[in-house]
Formats: sequence, structure tokens, C-alpha cells
Amino acid sequence: MLKRNASALALAASLLVPVAAQAEGIVGLITKTNTNPFFVKMKEGAEAKAKELGVELRSFAGKIDGDNESQVEAVENLIAAGAKGILITPNDSKAIVPSIAKAREAGLLVIALDTPLEPADAADATFATDNFKAGELIGEWAAATLGDKARDASIAMLDLNANEVSVDVLRDQGFLKGFGIDVKDDKDIGDEEDARIIGHDVTDGNEEGGRTAMENLLQKSGGEVDLVYTINEPAAAGAYEALKAVGKEKEVLIVSIDGGCPGVKNIKEGVIGATSMQFPLLMASMGVEAIVEFAKSGKKPENSEGLDFFNTGVELITDAPVDGIESQTADQGLEKCWG
Amino acid sequence: MSNDNFEAVAEAAGGSVASFEPEHLGFGERLQRFLHNYPTAAPAFVLLVAVVGFYLIVGSRFLSAFNLSLVFQQVTIIGIIGVAQTLVILTAGIDLSVGAIMVLCSVIMGRTAVLMGLPAPLALMLGLLAGAACGAINGLLITRLRLPPFITTLGTWSIFFALNLWYSESETIRSQDLATQAGLLQWMGVSFNMAGARITMGTLTMLVLFFGMWFALNHTPWGRHVYATGDDPQAAQLAGINTDRVLLSVYIVAGVICALAAWALIGRIGSVSPQAGQSANLDSITAVVIGGTSLFGGRGAIAGTLIGALVVGVFRNGLALAGVDVLWQEFAIGLLIITAVATDQWIRRV
Amino acid sequence: MAAEKLQPILAGRNLVKRYGRVTALDHSDFDLYPGEVLAVIGDNGAGKSSLIKALTGAAPPDSGEVFLDGKKVEFRNPMDGRQAGIETVYQTLAVSPSLDIVDNLFLGRERLKPGFLGKWLHMLDRKSMAAVARDKLSELGLLTIQNIRQPVETLSGGQRQAVAVARAAAFGSKVVIMDEPTAALGVKESRRVLNLIKDVRDRGMPVVLISHNMPHVWEVADRIHVHRLGRRHAVIRPRTHTMSEGVAIMTGAMDPNTHAAGAFALPEGA
Repeated sequence: MLKRNASALALAASLLVPVAAQAEGIVGLITKTNTNPFFVKMKEGAEAKAKELGVELRSFAGKIDGDNESQVEAVENLIAAGAKGILITPNDSKAIVPSIAKAREAGLLVIALDTPLEPADAADATFATDNFKAGELIGEWAAATLGDKARDASIAMLDLNANEVSVDVLRDQGFLKGFGIDVKDDKDIGDEEDARIIGHDVTDGNEEGGRTAMENLLQKSGGEVDLVYTINEPAAAGAYEALKAVGKEKEVLIVSIDGGCPGVKNIKEGVIGATSMQFPLLMASMGVEAIVEFAKSGKKPENSEGLDFFNTGVELITDAPVDGIESQTADQGLEKCWG
Repeated sequence: MSNDNFEAVAEAAGGSVASFEPEHLGFGERLQRFLHNYPTAAPAFVLLVAVVGFYLIVGSRFLSAFNLSLVFQQVTIIGIIGVAQTLVILTAGIDLSVGAIMVLCSVIMGRTAVLMGLPAPLALMLGLLAGAACGAINGLLITRLRLPPFITTLGTWSIFFALNLWYSESETIRSQDLATQAGLLQWMGVSFNMAGARITMGTLTMLVLFFGMWFALNHTPWGRHVYATGDDPQAAQLAGINTDRVLLSVYIVAGVICALAAWALIGRIGSVSPQAGQSANLDSITAVVIGGTSLFGGRGAIAGTLIGALVVGVFRNGLALAGVDVLWQEFAIGLLIITAVATDQWIRRV
Repeated sequence: MAAEKLQPILAGRNLVKRYGRVTALDHSDFDLYPGEVLAVIGDNGAGKSSLIKALTGAAPPDSGEVFLDGKKVEFRNPMDGRQAGIETVYQTLAVSPSLDIVDNLFLGRERLKPGFLGKWLHMLDRKSMAAVARDKLSELGLLTIQNIRQPVETLSGGQRQAVAVARAAAFGSKVVIMDEPTAALGVKESRRVLNLIKDVRDRGMPVVLISHNMPHVWEVADRIHVHRLGRRHAVIRPRTHTMSEGVAIMTGAMDPNTHAAGAFALPEGA
């Protein structure tokens, strides 16, 4: 290491190029987009770890959600650049597979972050949040918090979009199972027959969508609602505005998933009851570590027990803890939130 | 004096050519001509049918004053952006950057007020100015460099959105922080009750804006010049209209309206989110097209856009109340767009 | 010369216009006298349009002078020409199809309401514009109109041309120029437009008519400016020259000076 650094310095001095460019190898990071704070944070985590380990990080992103072509291009560029490995959050977990196969043939270690490939073993490893577990946690917490009222609570389900992508399905179904509702087919949103569910509507994961969906479900139930599940915290903030407009914000419990800093602040102020925090920074930094390790020793990361991916963990954040469910306070959450 | 044979024939035929007498037409032609003269009639009919239809399916929960006022709230942002989009489309242009301008302006309003601590009215002014500046950039590129509006605004869409991400650092400003530091920015969300309906300032602003734009387009020389420019720019120039100045003014006004939509957006979602409004450009074009305004310019009415936005809102709300899967909402909106464009093609052939 | 008696209302002297290496106008002259219909004929590429554009300001000449009412003028764009009282009916009509008849008549020079509404809200004075439109159209014998608020695109070609002519006649205080007004029209419609041209002339407004249609030219023109190779080749009269002679002069098959009536006719009284 030392020797290499010294020669790198000499070379840098002679060529007037930055030291980082002379690091030990290239690690590629391909995110879905570069607009979502989740991915922005992921990139920060990867960059910090790359700097620490003395490797060069090259980041790419799709132009919009679902943009597969840009990601294919990025994979090709990274193969051509001689990268040691690739971290990718696939926009299209099926369509990207052939490109990933090429990268692995070329000797690169490919780790899917956040979203698994289909099939999951198309990548060498997957570092992700257990989204089903994340949903289950807030479902259990909600059931415990409502107590006896849980038996006849009206529940509004604010999902992502009409595509029913895996993260959307896992969170939705996890929540329902955690709450104690028979989910029937756990691959399908909306096939439940439990009368407590007012309905499912889509939010596109943003405030405006969250508000509109909440308004429509409130109309559908005739104003009756006790518990709101939201796919993420921006949707939760939108739902809160809709409830506030009809003066119901105090009596309705909102649960969510993500752990973004604005979301955790909303826990602290009672806007959201509980949220499941995920760790994009950790996913990325662990991913960089795994690739560096692979480059050195050829060792590949292993999956968590009982799962087909490596679980980067999920923590319940709430200021109203319940017995039997481990949780952290909003203040503790603020220290590790992202975005 | 020379007088060839065909002249005599023409004399014999009489001089009724330039008279403006009514002709006798079949039902199809009459409908075609009626829709031609009243392009908002078709979407208004669709809206009426949709309202009655959902009333029959969903019942009085749908047709309550409260729910209808809710639909108005839900279409407020697309309605306001739709005014800007109508203006641009009337000049045979298109503005893909409307959503990006709106988000950028909302971020500027929010950050200057909350993070820089500027007084809220000043932050609001800065946002409106930013909207005007964005519109001026579009307008100058289109009139000075003669770039097609589609490509120009495709480019500025990316640029404005990138500026938004850079300036916002992808961070959301929460409703609670805005409420304590810059309540004025949430003014559009203030509401009052009237006969069971809940009316927000945002909805009122939208309605006032529609009325104002209707007046400007139909009762001022500028409005006539906007139509003439979109209809046949060469003819407009020959008639003495400075079409470049008209176009520039249209894009600037559109930019300011987008900034107004930014204010309404903050009022509606409470917070300032750099992720918001990403589909506003296509949604606004949808509202304009369903409202009967021709993408070829010069033809259409501003009221149609309000109706178009309401049609989309009623479908979304009604189908949700009926518990229909969201993919059928997309399907229905798609059908409406195709029908609207086909109708436009048909009535253009008068 | 008789020029002291009657002065041309619109005149051009030594007009030159070059487009790159092509000389469109080669020291051309032009004279239009009050109260006449002057036709301009010439083969394709003879420079008719360049001549008209030089006179109206649509394409100012490289050199040479333009006189309106005996005074030298320099029009830099068509608006200058219009403001000086020269109205042009273009071949492409220059009407906006989706606007109605009144709006088209007043396009670019709308009238505002008096008082607050006009001054502060720029509100159009629809009533007075409609009244003026009705007057102008009836002056030209066009008032069999049912609805002057109907869009121009619902009118036939001849009706649209009538609207364009009415606009020129309504606002042209000195000269009306018509560029191929009958080119796109049927026989019946052409006839109506020819009558309109005569009406305009009879109301004292001189008209310049650019046309390829010899029978039309010979019917309505008082004098005919024959343009050839970028300059005024001859000025003849329908009364003294047959159509065949006119075409022969225009194409260079006949030397105009060999004709008994001479090569440059002046209007009566000049």
C-alpha cells in the first residue's frame, strides 16, 4: 500500500493529475436516478467508502425511473473501463440481466443494491432492505398501538403506482401481515377481503399523490379512517395534509417506510406515528467494501440466513414504543437518517 | 375591349359568390361545424356524461358538494399549469418545461424563505421572477435562435430540473417548518366552507386565472395576436403583427403562471419537495388536448382546458370511489386523449 | 411633358435590387397615377414581386428612389408602407383562418374601448369594430353577410379574398396593391373580385394589380406596366394593344416602340 501510494504521488506530481485517479481500481455505482435523495445518499456513502479505501468511484444513473438503456450503457462503460465491480439499483430488474451477465463474464463482481435482479442470482449478491420485514414492523406496531380498536379499524392503503413493482408489493403485504390481516396471495396487492381495508390507491411516492389518494379514500369511506399505511414518507406528508384539511389529523395514525430525515422529523412532531428506517448509505458502503475485498482475495459476499439477499437491516423509529417490538426514538433516528 | 366567351358565361352565372348565405348541411356536417365554432362543446359533453355516470355508479357520495369541491382542489395545479400550456399551444408551440419551472420556483420560494430567512413576500416575488426568467429563456431561444419549441423546452426541462436538484440539494422542506417561518407560502392551501363545499384559495386563484386569461385572449388585441400567430404566423406578420414579440410574451407569461402554480403546489402539499410535479408537463398537455385545443395552434378555448382538467380529475376521483384499479384510470385517460385529437383532426377539415 | 398636370401618386426611379449575383431589379421605373388601375404583367422571374416589394418596403431596394405623393419616402418594412397608406393584398391572403371576419379586418390595428376598460385593460371595442366592418363590407357590396363573426376559414376562397380586399380598401388611404388576387379562384369567384377591384377604383383609390391572367388584366386595367428583365419594358393600354400584342411585348417577341400607340402610355389627362 505504502509503496503504491508513494509511486502514485510521484506520478501525480509529474502528470499533474489528482491522486484519486491513481487509486487501486475502479468501482462502479449505477443508481436508478440521481434525483431521489435515497440514491443521492447512496452515492455519498459509496464515495466516502471509496475514498477511505483508496479506490475510484464512478457513478452513473438512469435519466428517469424505469430508464434501462442508460443503465445498460453504464454497465458497458464500466466493463470497458476495467472496473473491479459494479453496484447497481436496477430500473428494470429483468431487462438488465443480459448486460449484467456480460459484466460477470468479464470478471466483474456485480452487487444489486436495494432492488434484487430477477432472478436474484443473476447478480453475485444483493444488498437490500428487507422490505417485507419493514412493512411487517409498522404493521405490528400499528396493531399493538391501536390495541382493541385494531379489530374494527378502518385502514387506508397508499401504495406506489399501478405497476405493482416488488418493493411496493412487499411493503404493502408485509404491513397487512404484520397488522394481522389475511393477505391471500402475497404477490398481489388488493386481493384481500378484509372489511377493515377501505381501499388501495396510488401516490407515485410523492406529496401531491399522497394527498390526492388520501382525499379519494376518505371520500370512499365516507370520512371514516383510523390508520393509514403509506409507501414512503413524502406520501405520508401528503396524506397528513389531506387529513388536516378535514380536521382529522389528530385522530388518525399514519405509518410509513424509509427513514429519510424529513420523515423522521415528522415522527418527532407526531405527523407520522412510526416508520421503518432503511440504510442506503450502509448498502453502498458495504457494497464498495465487498468489491474491494473481492478484488484482493476473490471472496464473494454471502446472503443473510434464510434470505436470498444480504439484509442491510431495518429499524423501527417511533416516539411511542410498544412492548415486544424493538424500536428507536426519533432523536436516535435523526442521527442516522438520510436525505 | 376584349371580352372572351368564358367571361360572358361567368356573367350569366351571376355574382353570388361572395355572399355569405347559409348552406344546407347534413347532421354530420352540422355537428362538425358546430364543434368547429364551439370546440369546448365536446369535452363539456364528456364531463357531463362522466359526472352523471359516476353519480349512477357511486351514488350521492360522488355528487356531494364536498366531493365536487375536492375534485376542484385536486385539479388546481394541473389547471393552473394548463393555462400556461394552453397559451403556448395556441401559438402552435409546446412547453415541456412547465413542470420543471414550477418545481424550481417552489424550491426558490421555500429555500429563500426558510433557509435564507428572507421575508415570505420577498421569497414569493423571487419565485415569480424566476418563473418569468425561465419563460424568457424559452422565449428568447425560440424567437432569436429560431429553435423549435419542442426541442427548446425539452432542453430547458432538463436544465431547470438540474438547477432544481442542485439548489434544493434534493432536500424536502417540511410543512411544519414552512408554517412557522413562511406561512404566506401556504396561503393557497387556506380554505373555507360554503354550502358543504370546501374551497381553497388555490382553487379560487385557478378560477380567477382562467377568467383573466379568457378575457385577455378574447377581449384584448394581445389575445387576438396570440391566436393569429398560432394560426398562420406568416399571415400575422403580413398583417403587421410582430410575431416574435407575441411569442416571447407568451413564454414569459407562461413562466409566471408556472411560478403561480408553484405557490399553489406549496399550498396543496404543505411542503416544498424537489421531487414534485414531474408529470405536470404531460398532465397539462393532456388537459389542454382533452379540452379541445388544437396542437397545431390558433384553435381552441381556454375554458376547454379547465373542462379537460376536470374531466381527468372526475375520472380519477370517480374511479377511485368506485374502487376500480388505477390502471383503468390510465386506460380511460388514454382513450380520451385519442378521441380528443381525432375530433380535432375532424373539425379542422371544415 | 404633361407630368406637371398630373402627378403620380406612387413612383419609383432607378430601382435596383440584387440577390447575390442575380439582379432582380435593374434600374426600373414605376408610376401609378391617381384613380387608375395599373396592371403589372411580366414573365416568371421578370422581377414583378421585387418591384412591388421595393415599393411597399417588404424588401427595400439597394438603390433608387420611391416617391409617394411626390415626396421621397424610405420604407424599411411593410409596416412603414402601411402606415403611409399603402395596403397590400398578398397572394397568400394574409388572413388568419380561425379568426372571424371582424378580427381579421382589424388584425394588427384593433380598436380599444374608450375610458378605463380600454386604457387599463386593453379591452377591445367589439361593437365599434363590428359596425365599421359592416360599413366597409356594404360599401363594397358585400353585405349579404349573415354573420360577420364567423371564422374566415368557413368562407370560400372568393369570400376570403373579398375579406382581404375589404381590409385593404378600408385601411388603404393612398394605394391598394393586389398580388395575383384571382390566381387561386374559380371563374365565378374571380368575377366577383374583379368587380371589387373596379369598385375600389371607382371610389377614387388607385389600384396596382399584379396578374398572370391576361383576360382579367385587359378587363379591369386602365394601363399595363410590362416588366421584362428587371425593368419597365413598356406601358400599354388595353384600348390600344391586344392581348396578343401585350404577351408578345412581355416575352420580347415584339419591340414595343414599333407599335402605333408608342411604348410608354400616360393616363388620360396626363
